[in-house]
Amino acid sequence: MEPLLRAENVTVCYNGKPVVEDVSFELQKGEILGVVGESGSGKSTVMKAVMGLLGRDGLVTRGDIYYKGNNVTDMPEKKRRKLRGPEMGMVFQDCRAALCPIRKVGVQIYECLAEHEKITKAEAFRRAEFLMKKIGLEDAERILNSYPFELSGGMNQRIGICTAMLMNPSLLLADEPTSALDVTVQKRVMEELLQMRREYGTAMILVTHNIGLASAMADQILVMKSGKMMDYGPTDYVLHHSDNPYTRNLMNSVMHLNRVKVGEDDD
Amino acid sequence: MTEILLEAEHLKKIFLSGKTSLTAVDDVSFSLREGECLGIVGESGSGKSTIARLLTRLLEPTEGKIRLLGEDITHMSGKKLRSVYQKMQMVFQMPAESFDPRRTLGNGIGESLRNMGISRKETGKKVEELLVLCGLTPEYAGRYPHEISGGECQRAAIARALAVDPLLLICDEATSALDVTVQKQILELLTELKEKKKLSFVFICHDLALVQRFCDRVLVMHQGKVEETGTPDEIINHPKREYTKILIDSVL
Ligand SMILES: Nc1ncnc2c1ncn2[C@@H]1O[C@H](COP(=O)(O)OP(=O)(O)OP(=O)(O)O)[C@@H](O)[C@H]1O
Ligand SMILES: Nc1ncnc2c1ncn2[C@@H]1O[C@H](COP(=O)(O)OP(=O)(O)OP(=O)(O)O)[C@@H](O)[C@H]1O
Ligand SMILES: [Mg+2]
Ligand SMILES: [Mg+2]
Repeated sequence: MEPLLRAENVTVCYNGKPVVEDVSFELQKGEILGVVGESGSGKSTVMKAVMGLLGRDGLVTRGDIYYKGNNVTDMPEKKRRKLRGPEMGMVFQDCRAALCPIRKVGVQIYECLAEHEKITKAEAFRRAEFLMKKIGLEDAERILNSYPFELSGGMNQRIGICTAMLMNPSLLLADEPTSALDVTVQKRVMEELLQMRREYGTAMILVTHNIGLASAMADQILVMKSGKMMDYGPTDYVLHHSDNPYTRNLMNSVMHLNRVKVGEDDD
Repeated sequence: MTEILLEAEHLKKIFLSGKTSLTAVDDVSFSLREGECLGIVGESGSGKSTIARLLTRLLEPTEGKIRLLGEDITHMSGKKLRSVYQKMQMVFQMPAESFDPRRTLGNGIGESLRNMGISRKETGKKVEELLVLCGLTPEYAGRYPHEISGGECQRAAIARALAVDPLLLICDEATSALDVTVQKQILELLTELKEKKKLSFVFICHDLALVQRFCDRVLVMHQGKVEETGTPDEIINHPKREYTKILIDSVL
């Protein structure tokens, strides 16, 4: 079966300097790929290459990216734009920068939806509020009526998640989607994303530094360092049985909560 | 006995927008000793960043007092406030917003040094040292904020905060964009500064395992209020409040 997304030997350069080299992976419908690895290794760059959002300085110089069998690497911007949102959605690492600073977030969500479907503002707000409550944004009405700077880091991040999810894309690219969330909210977001996959068969790429999250969500893991693939395979294999020295070092550096087990406790 | 460095007394912050008001920080008090690290954890939206912005005087408190080394800084301004920033520095939750997009990182990191009258050449040298200390290379001094990754920006922000040799560092999710190996390296650096130079920290962080490793005391925040305080082991192994229990049990 043709995979939903296929990246073949992709090299990305900024101003002619390669930052991602020879990266290949594929993703079936409903599959979750976790991307972990060194800070600065090119994880966000890979996601932007898939979305066609590398900007003026960035360029895929080698390799190809296929979405539903179509090569999107050199697709004209006009066709690309149609894909963004309903086909591929992205949650950005720098979530607040992805929003317009001088307009209320509710209006921005409405406009995103209205670009691709016929919808009233009231209906957009209703759908947004329903999803927001599920990911712990109880105060939905106030939040929709706020400017990005009036919201906390984790609130902005959830607005990004909410907007991408509301478009119900076939492929969701989530770049550190829970880095600003407390662990209770992180759990709710995780459950909501898994629910979305169950219901709609959404495929996802999840970039995260949280190995616990990657391990709980991903079917496959890609490990990156200095722009190169270090490891790629089923989650359990990569995280627990790989003999790649970088992967092992990464796993050994994970900090675990030290909890006294019930019974061992002596007071 | 070590000296008390920072005291927050009954801090309160009410945000007014239109007809509605929101109490983001509600009667929060704590103190911090030299060389101590106070962790702040808790619900997203519970007022942690607001506390950080009150302490660093980027926001005016609605009520309450802030003292640094015994001196009331709650309403300080101008030149006096600038001298406070030589003792207290902050790493912001969204560090990309704290660098001027039109100036290089080197320029941003060295700014406070040049303001102190240090020569261009000396500043350049110090900036390179700081970058290397934070796991980057001297080459990053010439880059612009939009030309680096999320975690690289965080490290540049840490480098900038350390430039003036502060006594107190307020870190708002300062390591959230770092992979575990780089995070380890940064924590080693901060621990060394804590032990050798008695650097103190207010350390806002969602990663409870990291808080357990690095902090001496923890405040758990919930809806603008301090839910409970204690040592990390007390909070993690003997949580008293329901919210704290839920928090601990949600760790993946
Ligand atoms: N516009 C740009 N111009 C030049 N170099 C860039 C640009 N954007 C990113 N880089 C560099 O490309 C490399 C990869 O960056 P990328 O943002 O993809 O890393 P990342 O894996 O997402 O890191 P992090 O985990 O820290 O977010 C980094 O070394 C970064 O400095
Ligand atoms: N400038 C502002 N105007 C109005 N409301 C604000 C402003 N800044 C923050 N708030 C509100 O204050 C509350 C606390 O926000 P704060 O950023 O302190 O939370 P936080 O604990 O840092 O959360 P997170 O963990 O998500 O970063 C939130 O409800 C937020 O919407
Ligand atoms: Mg990134
Ligand atoms: Mg915050």
